[in-house]
Amino acid sequence: MPLTTDYSNETLSRMVEPARVHRRIYTDPEIFELEMSRIFATAWVYVGHESQIKNPGDYFTARVARKPLVIVRSADGEIRALHNQCAHRGAMVVANDSGCTDEFQCCYHGWTYHLDGKLKAVPLNNGYPDDFDTKNPKTAMVQVPRVKSYRGFIFLSLAAQGQSFDDFIGYMKTSLDDMIDRAPDGEIELAGGVFKHTYNGNWKLYLENLCDAAHPWYTHRSSIAAAQQQKDDAFSDGTGEIAIRQMRQNGAPYSFWENQVGIWTYANGHSYLGDYHDDAKLVAALNDQTFRDYHTAMEAKKGKAETQRIMEVRRWNSNFYPNMSMMSQFQQIRVIHPISVNKTVVHTYCFKLKGAPEQMFRNTVSFANVVNGTGSLVLTDDLEIYNRVTLGLSSDGAEWLEIGRGFKTDEPDPHGGRKGKNSTSEVYIRNMFDAWRGYMLGDAGAAKKQVA
Amino acid sequence: MLNIPTRKPLLPSAAVDLRPYEAFLIYEARLLDEGYFDDWLALFTPDARYWVPSEPNQPDPFETVSLMYDDRRLLETRVRRLSDPRIYSQEPRSRTSRTVVNLSLEPATGGPGVTVRSKFVLVEYRREEQRLFAGSYTHRLIGEGDAMRIAMKKVELVNCDAPLDGLVVPF
Ligand code: FES
Ligand SMILES: [Fe+2]
Repeated sequence: MPLTTDYSNETLSRMVEPARVHRRIYTDPEIFELEMSRIFATAWVYVGHESQIKNPGDYFTARVARKPLVIVRSADGEIRALHNQCAHRGAMVVANDSGCTDEFQCCYHGWTYHLDGKLKAVPLNNGYPDDFDTKNPKTAMVQVPRVKSYRGFIFLSLAAQGQSFDDFIGYMKTSLDDMIDRAPDGEIELAGGVFKHTYNGNWKLYLENLCDAAHPWYTHRSSIAAAQQQKDDAFSDGTGEIAIRQMRQNGAPYSFWENQVGIWTYANGHSYLGDYHDDAKLVAALNDQTFRDYHTAMEAKKGKAETQRIMEVRRWNSNFYPNMSMMSQFQQIRVIHPISVNKTVVHTYCFKLKGAPEQMFRNTVSFANVVNGTGSLVLTDDLEIYNRVTLGLSSDGAEWLEIGRGFKTDEPDPHGGRKGKNSTSEVYIRNMFDAWRGYMLGDAGAAKKQVA
Repeated sequence: MLNIPTRKPLLPSAAVDLRPYEAFLIYEARLLDEGYFDDWLALFTPDARYWVPSEPNQPDPFETVSLMYDDRRLLETRVRRLSDPRIYSQEPRSRTSRTVVNLSLEPATGGPGVTVRSKFVLVEYRREEQRLFAGSYTHRLIGEGDAMRIAMKKVELVNCDAPLDGLVVPF
């Protein structure tokens, strides 16, 4: 199929077929630029958590569609997102990752801004043209038009118009709820630092891999074998215990991956992979003193029935297309930052469950090291896969990539989504590409009505 | 054991003979460079910790994530994986070159063994790409001569909080 490089909607739509996609979607810088403006600059994207900015003046910086932003709790308590650019000659105003301030001051000529971005003061302000007016919104740091906190999780859209947040998130909000539900006090807090890893590959590869139940048995075989051979009587302070359980579980037989995991997908490209590890496999459940104490704290605050309901929610990765993946059961969030068509950076954060025993968070940190760590025995092989896919796609081999596994057997889900008949169905990629088409053809939320 | 308080450096005593420690660290670096990972593992005590923090001045490995934090059990698994022919992130293998310099002895803390600080430069080459790592090692060393063992090794990278591609070969 001849493909020109001026991507008309017709050409773009021809690149995604029901069970295959064109290689160039992962490799062409022009497609990438279109994705930045049509997907990342219009969709709702996750930027951070309210616990990072508890008090007025608290801020952190973020990037969306490669653009620098500052997310701040203003004096009135509102959360705002500002383009991190001075209205005078364009210098980036906020240089720290996070902090607390009562104003933002530009390092170049000293223009200062209120926490909502409005201009506060200009030194030497006698020399500007007669019509220069500090009240003019053109002299403000520009606000991002749409910011929404869902129970503390902060999302924003760089576009003034478009799909509503509620339509965007749909049923997937239950994964955010699940993380909060797991805190005995009903509150969570970002803690434990951040992992930043990078690979030479397209951003889409990352989200796709997180739902891929067919890969661990191959990709992770070195850590599976090493963990299976590990003697359990070697000294551990608890860290190795959790890591080794996780690696061994990756070696579960194919019958497990096929039948017991489950893959669910929803509108706008979202999906979650189900019961990959339950607590029993990972933290020894009620044989583990920490988990027992946690269970007791949950029952004391929430009652037996509600605690049991929460413990039975088993979601491994919940993916919020296009930029976030979370593990509610293990209190982790990954934020995907596309840098270029074949360069991606991922930031991973942990959350503390308020009211849980202190040791619970240490387990969360150990878990993060093995599942999301840059030096993990597991994740490093995933990074190698992304690099290798990029190298493979640079060849003149197959022009079309297969995404048809389970294509004819996907089933409807009671909450309006589609699930794979088997857990290794590639329904999650097909679902992401449905959303991709929607955004790229200017029809975001094609599966749902648009709300201005 | 993990928490060595940072304080202003003192001029080291010229009377302390650092040569036994230097010989040990050079030997350790050579085992890693030349791929003798089992022999490297054998240098650690049964309850040793190996730690690569993710933040500058990170106080502990329990409340903050780490690039690597291994108790003995995890360290054994890490080393065993390195020898597995199906470790795809080491296909092709990295080649490394470590330089260990600027040794000094930290003031005694009363615990067993000595705390040796040093600087390192590590060049890693793999698949047409060379990476440069630098930073400080802190070794807690127990015993003498052939019986010298590592009870704790902490690796502080100057770029520990940078976005990095996978870290597979230990530092
Ligand atoms: S560019 Fe910011 S004050 Fe001039
Ligand atoms: Fe994986």
